[in-house]
Amino acid sequence: MPLTTTTALLAILIMALTTFTTRIGGAIIMSRIPIGPKVERFINAMAGSVLVAVIVPLAAQGDWGARFALLATLVAMLIVRKPLIAITAGVATAALWRLV
Amino acid sequence: MSAKLDAQGTLRGFKRMAPVSLFVVAFGLAFGVAAIQHGLSSLETLLMSGLIFAGASQFAALELWGPTIPLTALVATTFAINARHLLMGASLYPWLRHLPPGQRYACLGVMSDSNWAMAVGDHQRGETNVGVLFGGGIALWTAWMLGTLLGVVFGSGISEPERFGLDVIMGCFLLAMLVGSKHKPSLALLLPWCVAGGAALLALYYLPPNAHVIVGALAGGLTGLLTPQTSPQKEA
Repeated sequence: MPLTTTTALLAILIMALTTFTTRIGGAIIMSRIPIGPKVERFINAMAGSVLVAVIVPLAAQGDWGARFALLATLVAMLIVRKPLIAITAGVATAALWRLV
Repeated sequence: MSAKLDAQGTLRGFKRMAPVSLFVVAFGLAFGVAAIQHGLSSLETLLMSGLIFAGASQFAALELWGPTIPLTALVATTFAINARHLLMGASLYPWLRHLPPGQRYACLGVMSDSNWAMAVGDHQRGETNVGVLFGGGIALWTAWMLGTLLGVVFGSGISEPERFGLDVIMGCFLLAMLVGSKHKPSLALLLPWCVAGGAALLALYYLPPNAHVIVGALAGGLTGLLTPQTSPQKEA
């Protein structure tokens, strides 16, 4: 679908409907059948896997500034466990790397 | 056990979520800047935050945004990232089923990770007022919109975002969300995540554009399904 103002708004609307469906869907499903452990394992693993699938290509195709930024975020996150600090560390790393 | 939603409880929930909401303003700002850098208009950026109200999926959508919009990939990615809402909503169902359907779905409509976590705590303590879910959700939404607006204003004024490292905000944000601040990174999930990363890389080089997210998500999900869980764990 080529990008125009109309298609962009349509895409946002469809994303919004999709997200709303996930928000109310769990309660609707539960009112009929309970979610089993297999489905729960699939959803749990899939949620993080999506993020991995977005991040890994960013590192693979990005410059070293982007790679070190991701590494800095990961390390900061494992140590301080504060997302804002970790993201700031990542952005600062990329900025510093590109400065030199 | 019952549940009720009223104005007082909603206001209390709003106030309890206010400190967390300050951080959400910062994330919203990061999203606003990133969206403008990815070529979205101010209106589109604000509509995205207002209507979707789910940070990780909005950041991921920016990655797919371009001269053409891959609608299938966009919907699949949005669904996969937000599929955790299904579990969150299901976990609150025993509480929310006492509400009239309109109120129930209004509460779920503003359900996000933080107010869900607080709501689970309230429910376990035997609290009957679901105001923390609804009021807390409104607080988070307001903060997310405010942050996005600030980001849109600032983002439009920056000409060379790479110089300041602003182009990596999205990747860093998603990575921080992946590691998570509340739980220890679960070792049981490392295998699915590695499979997801490998599958995404293969798809990136050998499959049509934008297939890598879906391929990685499904590969990771299936791996999680097939790996027997060593220790039972509850997380969302």
